[in-house]
Amino acid sequence: MSACSVTLETLPQHPEGKEILTCLQCGVCAGACPYGDVMEYPPRRMIAMMRAGMQEKVFTSDSLLSCVACYACMAKCPRGIRLTEILLPLMKEQTLAYLPELPAELQRALQNTLRYGNPMGEPSRKRAAWVKTAGVPIRSFAEDRRPADALWFVECYTSYYPRGQDNSRATARLFHRLGVDYAILGNEEKCAGECGRLTWEPGLFETLMDYNMAVFQKYQFNRVVTSCPHAHNAFKNRYPVLGFNWALEHVTPFLAKRLDGLNALLTRKLPYLVTYHDSCCLGRQNEFYEAPRQLLRAIPGVKLVEMVHNRVNSLCCGGGGGGMWLDTYFKAKGYERLSERRVREAVATGADILAVSCPYEISRFEDALKVLGYDKRMMVRDVTELLAEAMEE
Amino acid sequence: MHILVLLKMAPDVVEDLEIAPGGKALDLDCLRMILSESDDHALEQALLLKERHGAKITALALDAPEVDDALFTAAAKGADRVMKVVGMDPGFTTREAARYFSQAIAEEPGLLPADLILTGVQAIDDLDGLVAPIVADGLRMPYLGIVTGVALEASAQAARAIKEYPAGVRGEFLVQLPAVLGIQAAEKPPRYVPVAKVRAAMKSVKIECSQALTLADGGLPLVGVVEMKRNEPAGHAEMLEGKPDQVSGQLCGILAERGLF
Amino acid sequence: MTGNICVLAEQWRGQITEVTYETLALGREVADQAGVPLTAILPGSHCRELARFLGAADAVVYIDHPLLAETVPQTCAEAVAQAMAGERPRALLVPLTNISLGIGTLIGVRLGAPVVNFCRDIRVADGRLLADCVMYGGKIEATVEAGAPSGPGPAILGIWPGARQAEKGRAEREVPVTDAAVVLEDTGAIRLCRYIEPEAGDVDLTKQEVLVAVGRGLQDRANLPLAEELARALGGAVCGSRPVIDQGWLPLSRQVGKSGLTVKPKLYVALGISGAPEHIEGMKDAALIVAVNSDPQAPIFSVAHYGIVGDAVETMPALTAAVEARKAAGQHA
Repeated sequence: MSACSVTLETLPQHPEGKEILTCLQCGVCAGACPYGDVMEYPPRRMIAMMRAGMQEKVFTSDSLLSCVACYACMAKCPRGIRLTEILLPLMKEQTLAYLPELPAELQRALQNTLRYGNPMGEPSRKRAAWVKTAGVPIRSFAEDRRPADALWFVECYTSYYPRGQDNSRATARLFHRLGVDYAILGNEEKCAGECGRLTWEPGLFETLMDYNMAVFQKYQFNRVVTSCPHAHNAFKNRYPVLGFNWALEHVTPFLAKRLDGLNALLTRKLPYLVTYHDSCCLGRQNEFYEAPRQLLRAIPGVKLVEMVHNRVNSLCCGGGGGGMWLDTYFKAKGYERLSERRVREAVATGADILAVSCPYEISRFEDALKVLGYDKRMMVRDVTELLAEAMEE
Repeated sequence: MHILVLLKMAPDVVEDLEIAPGGKALDLDCLRMILSESDDHALEQALLLKERHGAKITALALDAPEVDDALFTAAAKGADRVMKVVGMDPGFTTREAARYFSQAIAEEPGLLPADLILTGVQAIDDLDGLVAPIVADGLRMPYLGIVTGVALEASAQAARAIKEYPAGVRGEFLVQLPAVLGIQAAEKPPRYVPVAKVRAAMKSVKIECSQALTLADGGLPLVGVVEMKRNEPAGHAEMLEGKPDQVSGQLCGILAERGLF
Repeated sequence: MTGNICVLAEQWRGQITEVTYETLALGREVADQAGVPLTAILPGSHCRELARFLGAADAVVYIDHPLLAETVPQTCAEAVAQAMAGERPRALLVPLTNISLGIGTLIGVRLGAPVVNFCRDIRVADGRLLADCVMYGGKIEATVEAGAPSGPGPAILGIWPGARQAEKGRAEREVPVTDAAVVLEDTGAIRLCRYIEPEAGDVDLTKQEVLVAVGRGLQDRANLPLAEELARALGGAVCGSRPVIDQGWLPLSRQVGKSGLTVKPKLYVALGISGAPEHIEGMKDAALIVAVNSDPQAPIFSVAHYGIVGDAVETMPALTAAVEARKAAGQHA
């Protein structure tokens, strides 16, 4: 049964619903939740209330708005209840329906995504404008529809956000030097509608899925490679309902598989002390813990140090589950910004580079460094940016 | 209570605007149309009134690309009846738009009587006039513009409308109904409607069509565009150089030239 | 009035508005170009004495009627249309303000005359009346011909605030005043009950015409008064980028950007703001952007119209002094 067709009403009939009944009420989820301390009802209590038929009370609380879809509760649940994948989005959908009005920033992001295919409200026709600045040829299917091995699904922040474009340019250079046979969708691409944020806006998510699937089906390729862990998540868990059956990879593990070819290219020494932040979607959700670290270690001169919380224990940047567009909302409630919590830990390692693999993190961590006054001590770089820098041209 | 909301699509300026060959108009093939911002607020104000007092809302739009999306969204938000005027001459002006609205209001059964006619106070393409006052004059109804809030009197014969003045001052007007109000902003920002509801409306709601008649005289007073050009952002600031007092002086000169004092 | 350039003079709460002076300044230029007189049309009730402030015009037509005490668009338009009956001025300039919006359209409809909205400038060239219009939220500039000289007139031109400096249209002198009698029907359909003064609470940034924005370059909360003084001098309010609000130096209601407000003031002065995309998202549509930043590579300079490389804290007092000096000079002129 597909996750997409599950609703709260039908949930009890699905295996996932039965799982919920097995909850031990141990509270590990609440302890693992980065906002567990400020939620009116942390996950454990929500489950208890749902089982006691107190749905309305759960939905009229705004607790679930602070779920940043970090998979921490799900990763720690001794019963293996798939909270972040199934239950929480369904409950969040209800919570949003009960809200008298959506937080303005989130509303803008949703409306922009529907209309322009990206949450920032940038022109849809300029999605591929960064391509001109890549310095290497990039083929777009719309212009040249010959089959390619890989479809590179670039995604929003990597297409529009200036520092996200650095990631895209680096990826393009790496693909070029590695001889990857790929093409992009250019202006035809729209936000994949990542799982965490959009499954609780199901109509918007379905609209984007329908759209992107129709575009995929116009072209021939063997695999989808994406820069965004959230898109990866959506393609892996939701799009198969509509027949998405291509091989799927995120750029970081995709490159890690090509380490032999890369090693020969990584000739420039980068004398950096680097600490790597495991993104929630890539790490806890897909267990790609070693691929990014392998890549970083392959760069001559780079020394890797770990933060206290790493791999399955990584601390969320706070951008998932719509958190990217709830900063004001959290701020008004007096919550600590999770990206600041994370950055303090990163700075404590003494590293000069905070390496990431998720396009959300560049903006969130750079901002946090700036706010905390650490921006002279530490830089945020995507793994691909560091790899590209280590390639002597 | 029946509230008629007039909706006009306007060019979406998020996407690049292109000038058509000849240099006198926008290239319609490159345009994306979006519901005019203040019309969206007019709809929201109608929905707020419906929630407070109970009302039937009819949304009447002029045909344009993506107008169906706007009308289905209006229906999903709570408009009871949605209709579009079709078959207008291409490239109609705002004064012509007002006349198409007036025709449809007069011809289509059930659009009148309306207690309130709400529409946006001004759209970004209203080059030759505004819709609301023309429709009001045509229907011999009172008109008030720059409205940012409406409350019905207990009698429902009149409404209190808040109009914005300069410097944060507002004026409270007593308006006898029926009336036409040009909405600048609703009391609350336009609401979010889940896309699933819009998709459901697309299946369940029918958009009625009203055939536009040829405008009687065809010729409105001449307003001829001689040339149109894009106002391109420079891409980089013009840098002022010198000591703080020198650059401050220079800058003040620039601000004064632009009438900013 | 036939052949003249006319300006609709706005009076509000007993005073001629600033935009009226701006419009008179523009009208004066156009009238001089065309070699015709400039007439100001002043509707009102018991406010004949205001005519002497309209000295930029050659003559004033005063329309007195009790129903014109407050500017109700249909009443005002009817009065002006009656006053113009039988006359054929070349153009009537109407300020595009909250007070007068809609009046131009209504006069145009009543007189069967062309209306051109959004005018930033007007000129007469080879006998043609041309208007430069700012359309589509500022994305397009259009040159528009408003009616043939022989067509139905006058051309009704809606003039954006800021088309000229108010100073150039401000002249107090005895001007010949003609009274125009009009017959207006009191339907009582629209009546002003009261004015509501702005609340003492925090300012609404989205309604400010001038914003002085501070970022991390402010360095310290103690420097905030420097920004407030500059804002006071410019007649605006202080706002900030996220880091400044996060520090608690300004309340959340003063935050501009992705997680704050979107603003479109006439003037946005960005001080010590580097210009992260999240901030630019909230202010890029300001009509005039001035940026001061110590980093010449700061991205804010790519959206600003004018830039100054310098320390925000040093620049603020200098700028405040220059603005004060300029204002003082203007008053004495």
